[in-house]
Amino acid sequence: MPTKKLSLEALARVEGEGSLELFLHDGKVETARLRIFEPPRFFEAFLRGRAAAEVPDIVARICGICPVAYQMSAVHALEHGLGVVVDGPLRLLRRLLYCGEWIESHVLHIVLLHAPDFLGYPDAIAISRDHRAEVERALALKRAGNEIVRVLGGREIHPINVRVGGFYRLPSPAELSALRARLERAREEAVALLRWVATFPMPEYQRDYEFIALRHPSEYPMNEGEIASSRGLSLAPEEFDTAFEERHLPHSTALYCSLRERGSYLVGPLARYNLNFDRLPPSIQAHAREAGLGPTCHNPFQSILVRSVEVLFACEEALRLLSLYEPPEAPALPLPRGAGEGHAATEAPRGLLYHRYRFDAEGTIEQARIVPPTSQNQASIEEDLRLLAESLLALPEESLRARCEQAIRNYDPCISCSTHFLRLRIHGR
Amino acid sequence: MSNPPRPRLAVWKFASCDGCQLSLLDCEEELLALAEKVEIGYFLEASRKTLPGPYDLSLVEGSITTPEDAERIQEVRRASRKLVTIGACATAGGIQALRNFARIGDFLSAVYASPEYIQTLDRSTPIAAHVPVDFELQGCPIHRFQLLEVISAFLSGRSPAIPHYSVCLECKRAGHPCVLVARGTPCLGPVTHAGCGAICPGYARGCYGCYGPMESPNPPSLSLRWRALGASERDLHRVFRTFNAAAAPFRRESEAHAD
Ligand code: SF4
Ligand code: SF4
Ligand code: SF4
Repeated sequence: MPTKKLSLEALARVEGEGSLELFLHDGKVETARLRIFEPPRFFEAFLRGRAAAEVPDIVARICGICPVAYQMSAVHALEHGLGVVVDGPLRLLRRLLYCGEWIESHVLHIVLLHAPDFLGYPDAIAISRDHRAEVERALALKRAGNEIVRVLGGREIHPINVRVGGFYRLPSPAELSALRARLERAREEAVALLRWVATFPMPEYQRDYEFIALRHPSEYPMNEGEIASSRGLSLAPEEFDTAFEERHLPHSTALYCSLRERGSYLVGPLARYNLNFDRLPPSIQAHAREAGLGPTCHNPFQSILVRSVEVLFACEEALRLLSLYEPPEAPALPLPRGAGEGHAATEAPRGLLYHRYRFDAEGTIEQARIVPPTSQNQASIEEDLRLLAESLLALPEESLRARCEQAIRNYDPCISCSTHFLRLRIHGR
Repeated sequence: MSNPPRPRLAVWKFASCDGCQLSLLDCEEELLALAEKVEIGYFLEASRKTLPGPYDLSLVEGSITTPEDAERIQEVRRASRKLVTIGACATAGGIQALRNFARIGDFLSAVYASPEYIQTLDRSTPIAAHVPVDFELQGCPIHRFQLLEVISAFLSGRSPAIPHYSVCLECKRAGHPCVLVARGTPCLGPVTHAGCGAICPGYARGCYGCYGPMESPNPPSLSLRWRALGASERDLHRVFRTFNAAAAPFRRESEAHAD
């Protein structure tokens, strides 16, 4: 019967998409290997020869969950190459757009993907049978994030309104005032979400990570800042290559990015929070403390709490930005012609996202380089798994696997499928 | 539970960005209601619980780009009563079909330091090139209301009410001023499949064709119009070669203009 082949077992042939191998020696986990086998899609290759103006539409398609992040890093890198600085209300609108993506992407991850691990359900639909109000409220909050992206971006997935130099069209006053009303409610929903998540049982686990995130002189970082680390690194985005290197290992289609001579590091909400707690408004800091967080946090499982704090922050920040907005004269700045090379790093919901483009005088892309957060975290994920699995080896395999899946999801890796079906292989037991 | 058995739904992913299946999770208001009407048998983006086939309805996202996936789609088809492709990747090969016009070795070495680790096909092909497909929903990404319409149509055994006319009709209905006529902005709306609600003209820009070709489009005549607005051969070559590059009418038109 061919249909029987599609059982859980046989589907492991997709192993591909995500499997974890643990190599044991003398009862210790020597190596943990997370195999990612997303089919390669070759964006950096086919961006060559495209017009710079097409780049925001194309790079959006790298990820349906965080297209704004790809668009933001791309437009900033291209503008950097052209020597253009988008400031004032246009900069504000971009930050507002990013707030929308943080909200919808974080809530998607918190409620639909990660909460089931903590509460012991297979999915959020099952959670909703016992906690209907919480799940419905969270989905409404996610909707509010999507609303921001839809108004400013034209649609939630692969926005069409982002362009090099600004936007195609500015939001109307009516659109903005509807958003403001919606966000007032979202702020309440975000407080409730944070309080709910604070009740989740938290596994005890700490690790001394090197955190990497943007650091801005006055803001909690989104679109701009220096690349900073918890061990003293501080560089401009154009210096990315001096500190980081990407390697290609046989067991994964994702490249591994690491710090030269230092190895693994961590990007994402936990890194942003640890490096930028002082940039959160006092009211948000107070909510974080009430939820049980200090100014630093080294337990990766608490990333779900940190993410919830960032959702609340993004709601407040969006309201603040809306109150400051004055329509600019034009939806986009005029762009000079000329060849150039530009770099930018922004804070995708999942962490630092670096882009570099070189283009000729016609604006045709000659070279593109994109380093997504997941490839930066991959080495760190494997290290977490190695350390964590060691303490859990006595558990039945099913519980071990569940805990490993939960640990991978701490990173909210952008390989959704691989993290929902993990094939566990233990060698040497 | 004493409820009658619900139809079993599965969602599969091949080479894609997850955007189309995300459209289902973006149905925030309808999601919990839908979950009561169908039994989610396989949807890794939403649940780690998997139920065995056969599935009453399989939604397939993504294109076929690896030897393993070419086999896996056969299994998915065998396990599915009805199979619907969602999005430009599954329906037309997606943006990753840009490889079809290049030498794959060049692409591999441009992205990977050790291309020998990568197993990939030199073409990205739509699902229908491998197995029979019951319905193709266009769009990059698909529209979530169209997706809900397709799901309810298949669950109740009727054909989905998805129009095959062009974006222009939706644009007129929405009352947008025509960017082509009023501003001289090149627009692909006249040859592009409806479904998005004419978003781009509503944002003062031309359509770039993310919903793929409409039924019987006339790209050559639109190209003449674009030329009159100052588009170069190279522009036309590229504009038809994006998210639906391998869909025949767009591929032919792209090939008619030199890079
Ligand atoms: S069709 Fe577009 S939105 Fe859908 S999976 Fe493919 S790239 Fe993503
Ligand atoms: S703006 Fe584009 S889609 Fe709208 S009517 Fe004009 S050509 Fe058609
Ligand atoms: S590119 Fe065309 S089909 Fe796609 S959203 Fe814009 S108007 Fe709609």
